[in-house]
Amino acid sequence: MSELKTKEPLFSAKNLKLIKNPLGKDNPITVQVLGICSALAVTAKLQPAIVMALSVIVVVALSNVIVSLLRNTIPPRIRIIVQLVIVSLMVILVDQVLKAFVYDVSKQLSVFIGLIITNCIVMGRLEAFAMANRPWESFLDGIGNGIGYGLILVIVAFFRELFGSGTLFGHQVIPEKFYEWGYVNNGFFILPPMALILVGIIIWVQRSRNKELQEK
Amino acid sequence: MFSNRYIFIYATVLVVVVAVILAFAATSLKPFQDQNVRIEKIQNLLKAANIESTTENAEELYATYVKEELAVDAEGSIVSRFVDGKSEGNMRPFNINLKEQQNLRKKGRKAIAPIYVFRKDGKTAYIVPMLGNGLWGSISGNVALAEDFNTIIGITFDHVGETPGLGAEIVTERFRNRFLNKQLFDGEAFVSVTVKKAANKESVHEVDALSGGTITSEGVSNMLKDDLSFYQGFKKKLDVKN
Repeated sequence: MSELKTKEPLFSAKNLKLIKNPLGKDNPITVQVLGICSALAVTAKLQPAIVMALSVIVVVALSNVIVSLLRNTIPPRIRIIVQLVIVSLMVILVDQVLKAFVYDVSKQLSVFIGLIITNCIVMGRLEAFAMANRPWESFLDGIGNGIGYGLILVIVAFFRELFGSGTLFGHQVIPEKFYEWGYVNNGFFILPPMALILVGIIIWVQRSRNKELQEK
Repeated sequence: MFSNRYIFIYATVLVVVVAVILAFAATSLKPFQDQNVRIEKIQNLLKAANIESTTENAEELYATYVKEELAVDAEGSIVSRFVDGKSEGNMRPFNINLKEQQNLRKKGRKAIAPIYVFRKDGKTAYIVPMLGNGLWGSISGNVALAEDFNTIIGITFDHVGETPGLGAEIVTERFRNRFLNKQLFDGEAFVSVTVKKAANKESVHEVDALSGGTITSEGVSNMLKDDLSFYQGFKKKLDVKN
């Protein structure tokens, strides 16, 4: 009992791990292979990918906190439904705010914001973490997993926009000269299958560098 | 353990609390969202007439250049008019719901359609909105016609979810510029502008389709034909007047 009373610092080594792990060896996309659907859909351009990443970070972090606060009152028999209601609440709020203040981006993301509800990462974190941990830890866990998801999104979007459209954030970066010499944008990068291939390459690189992730 | 009673009460309270929060958020954010939709519509109308605007100055530019909005029926009679900030008739043409009017037309009932009269440097242009279907969802657009209500001087397209890089290319300048100086009418007869593969570049009624965006191109073609044919009556009356 005495252990519980000693106050743990907010950013103790253990807590920092909650943020760091999902960026590397616990990454929701490349290791847990969750949230693939939206990773394929919104990564054709950088800007929507970043807004999507931020939205997911907000949704995972806040629903983690809410579920964690309620964790002792939630009846286990209806816990999935309760989690779903809370996630939906956060997603609809995010959607409404985007529609009101960054209308053009919200139009680009169209249905994918609404589909955060079905993003396995959110439900996965609620079930695996928030139901059994305190609000602060849950918050960090949510932020970490959101960033881990967003990181992959941004990497994939960077390459897809660069090679698919020759732009970054909508600005031309491949010089006009290249096109005159016969360079063409690779249309395949704009299509979802290329996102899958890029995610595959990221997984490959990560696994070959990290021995822990390799199956015996 | 939790009793059934507790579970029922818990579920009810949770749902009510969530509903109240969402209802509050929806009503308090609605004015901002409506304003965004309105500004976007205005920007698209101005863009069709080749006026670039920002979200800040769109309303002001619109008030400067579009002083007259008309609502016309299939015969070309003006049923409602909005001039210099005042409405003549029972509604403002700006607020016409295109989808509703298209449905009325399909059922063979009396319908109306808006025309925005654009004036700049003593020249008049008519801007007409359109609504149609692409491959994955609806597409829309505005076309600006010269004084003769025949020659296209500007056009914009928008879409909900066409394939990026393929169908979604309809919004690019490259595609839109293909429509410039094309004509809707051949003398008296309405022929529209057809979007098709290997179009005859000499023809004023044909433009090249997008490669890889066949269905979207067809959608654009149909949209132009369906929505603009409604204005034949207006064109006839306009010709008589001139």
